[in-house]
Amino acid sequence: MLSKKNKEALFNPLSKDNPVLVQILGICSSLAVTASLEPAIVMGISVICVLAFSNVIISFLRKTVPTNIRIIVQLVVVAALVIIVQQVLIAYNYDVSKKLSVFIGLIITNCILMGRLEAFAMHNSPWPSFLDGIGNGLGYTIILVIVAFFRELLGSGTLFGFHVIPQWCYDHGYMDNGLMILPPMALITLGCIIWIHRARNKDLQEN
Amino acid sequence: MNKNSNTYQILYAAVMVLLVGTVLAFIYMALKPKQNENIANDTRKQILSALHIAASGDDQVKATYEKYIIQDLLVDNQGNIVDSAQNVAFDVDMKKNVKLAERQLPVMKCKLDDGSVKYVLPVYGAGLWGPIWGYIAVNDDGNTIYGANFSHEGETPGLGARIAEQPFQDLFQDKHLFVDGQFKSVAVLKKGQKAANGAEQIDALTGATITSRGVSDMMADCLAPYEAFLKKVQAKPQSEIPGEITNVVKPE
Repeated sequence: MLSKKNKEALFNPLSKDNPVLVQILGICSSLAVTASLEPAIVMGISVICVLAFSNVIISFLRKTVPTNIRIIVQLVVVAALVIIVQQVLIAYNYDVSKKLSVFIGLIITNCILMGRLEAFAMHNSPWPSFLDGIGNGLGYTIILVIVAFFRELLGSGTLFGFHVIPQWCYDHGYMDNGLMILPPMALITLGCIIWIHRARNKDLQEN
Repeated sequence: MNKNSNTYQILYAAVMVLLVGTVLAFIYMALKPKQNENIANDTRKQILSALHIAASGDDQVKATYEKYIIQDLLVDNQGNIVDSAQNVAFDVDMKKNVKLAERQLPVMKCKLDDGSVKYVLPVYGAGLWGPIWGYIAVNDDGNTIYGANFSHEGETPGLGARIAEQPFQDLFQDKHLFVDGQFKSVAVLKKGQKAANGAEQIDALTGATITSRGVSDMMADCLAPYEAFLKKVQAKPQSEIPGEITNVVKPE
């Protein structure tokens, strides 16, 4: 079940081969949906679902897909899954689906998806592809959650919508930093995370 | 079989699209009722927000809405009540472009905890990227705005999207739709500009010129047909306000 290769497919994307930190994919959505934790987590779960299942489906189809139209086939599979996720969200979590608005639809254009389908699912059997999808989705989600944690904490003083910064801080002149809510600070936060990550993983540093 | 032959590719694509289409159609049909319910509840929340009433949770929103909204009315542009069946105003599709003379204008009559009566008038217009809409609650003097709520489909986050935020909506409070007995609506204008028709005005949003203008136009276009109705509200004393339930049978 979990041979060495499979373990690599599952765990490498979490840090050493992280889609956001190392491959710098999926940046746009990680800037856009990380103003607070809840949408970040829902977005992460949505990407994990879509990525895992599209990887499996494409992996099953990989021997039948005509090479000339393989990108179209991949897109149709991804688009179908994204629409399903979107419809389910509208039905069961309407508020979050309103917050995420266009970004769920934009999972289709998330570079991580096409990247994994082309690079992994087209050449591997379903089980490793599934693990690869889960791994990459998790790698993306972790970064989203870290960024959202700092942005929501410093920008609104809340976590999951609950106030965590005590009132006496405000009484003594502490103020929420409105800039944290805006996209530029998401990019800077992400940059800091990449910086720390590279500093700890010397083999990722470029000369 | 040759995977790269034209026949194979076309067949492959056709079968795939057909399959995916069927699956999606099925899921769409299965989830539709639940989705419609969510959308209706969201609309109720927007209407309640125009009345400064907060509610969360599906059941609570519906119960709160039914508690405060005492009657739905449809009026024509002469101010006559055409229909007052249950939910008749709530179900009006604002997207439909009906000729002004034939338009039936939805009014939701509400009674707050302190006994005051408000009229909620829906408005619908165009922003920069897509439709914008909102609910304007008017006091029973038929003139003063009690509260407003605006929503949008896809205005720019941080710019036009701010019409959906409380600080902007609060600016409308206590503005008057009539100036010296003439209907003027409320204009949304840049600081320093003056409304040509002398309407009361509020500050436009920085960086959202088109959306602000959209709100201004939407208010003027959608509220103007209510002029006759609002005048009737202004003229009548409290007890004879149109739509008041009068045929209550008194216990012997």
